[in-house]
Amino acid sequence: MNDKGKIVTGLVIFAALVSFPFWYNLGKAAPPPEVVLTDKAKAAKECVLPKDEIRTEHMQLLDVWRDTQVRDGQTVYINAKGKSYIMSLSNTCLDCHSNYKDFCDRCHVYASVDPYCFDCHIDNPKETK
Amino acid sequence: MERSRREFLKIAGASAAIGLGAGQVMEAVAAATNHQAAPEAQVAHQPEALKATRWGMVVDTRKIESAEQIEKMVEACHKEHNVPMLEEERHRIKWIWETHFHNAFPSQATDRVSEHLEHILLPVMCNHCENPPCVRACPTKATFKRESDGIVMMDFHRCIGCRFCMAACPYGSRSFNFRDPKPFIPEINKAYPTRMKGVVEKCNFCVERLAVGKLPACVEVSDGILTFGDLNDPESEVSKLLKENYAIRRKTNLGTGPSVYYIV
Repeated sequence: MNDKGKIVTGLVIFAALVSFPFWYNLGKAAPPPEVVLTDKAKAAKECVLPKDEIRTEHMQLLDVWRDTQVRDGQTVYINAKGKSYIMSLSNTCLDCHSNYKDFCDRCHVYASVDPYCFDCHIDNPKETK
Repeated sequence: MERSRREFLKIAGASAAIGLGAGQVMEAVAAATNHQAAPEAQVAHQPEALKATRWGMVVDTRKIESAEQIEKMVEACHKEHNVPMLEEERHRIKWIWETHFHNAFPSQATDRVSEHLEHILLPVMCNHCENPPCVRACPTKATFKRESDGIVMMDFHRCIGCRFCMAACPYGSRSFNFRDPKPFIPEINKAYPTRMKGVVEKCNFCVERLAVGKLPACVEVSDGILTFGDLNDPESEVSKLLKENYAIRRKTNLGTGPSVYYIV
C-alpha cells in the first residue's frame, strides 16, 4: 500500500468535482418567479379556472381546448361557474395576458419548460433566415 | 445451479401473477391521479355560428372579368390566415390561387374552349372532397374530414410534415412550409395562428369565420363570383344555383367528390 497518498488525493479531487455544482450554486437558489398581471387581467379578477387550478393545470386545459376547438369545432367553454369563454389561446388567454415576457415566460423559464405553443400563437419570430 | 422443472414453473407463475397485479395497481393509481380539468365545465358552439351538413362553394365563371377580381380574393384569404409571401415558386404557400381553365380542368378542356373561358383566370382552392385522398394518406390524422359539415381540415399541431397528403391531393391544394413562414408574413393577423417550419397547410373554408357567423373571406370580396352554402340543403343559394345552371367539378373521374363547383 504505497500509493495511499495518490489514492486519497484522487478521491478528494473526485469528490470535489462531483459536488462542484452543489457548493458552487450554494445560496444562489433562484427565487420563485413573480408573474406580472396586465391591467386587463387584473380587472377581470378571475381566470377561466380558479387561480390554483389554472396554475397547475393550464396545460391540460389547453390540450382539451385544442382538440375540442380544432377537431370538434366547438368554440365556447363554459366553466364551473357558468361563465363562458372562447376557447382560444391566441384570442382569449393571450388577450388578457398580453405580456408574454413577464407572464408566460417567467414560470416557463424558471421551470425550464419550452412549450411550442408560442411558435405559432404569438408574434415572436424565431428563425430570421 | 440446478433447478427442477417444478421449481421453475413455480417461480415463473409467481412472477406472472406479480406482473399482472402490478398492472392493475398502476392503472388504479393512474385513474386516481388523472387530472380532469374542471369536471363540471361544458363546451358549446357559439350561437351565431353558421351550420351546414356539407359546406360547398359555387364559382360562377361567367361573372369573372379580370384577374384583379381573383387577386382580391387571394389577398383577403392570405391576409386573414397569415399566409407568407415567399418569392421563390417552390417555397410558395397557396390557400387559394388563380389558374387557367385548361390547368384546372385538364380532362374537360378541348382544343376549342369558349373564348371567355380561355381568357379568364379561375380561382382554385381545396375542394373539400367528399372522399378526400389526403385524409386517407395522413399517418397522424392531422388532416381529417369534419363529420358535422364535411370540411377537410388541418390540425397543424399534429402535422409531422411527411407530405403524404400533398402527394395524395390531385389538385395541388396543399403547400408545405419549407421555411419558417413568420418573417414573410406582411402583416400578422393576431387572431389567427401562424404556422411553423415543417407543416402542411391549405384552405380551411374559413372554419374560424364560420364559427363566428361570417362567410369565408374570399366569398366576401368576390363580387358575387363565389357563392357559399350548404349543398345538402335544397333551399340554399348554392343548391339553387346548381339547379339552374350547368356546373362542373375538377377531376371528378378520380372519385374524390369535390365540393367546389364551377358554372361554365
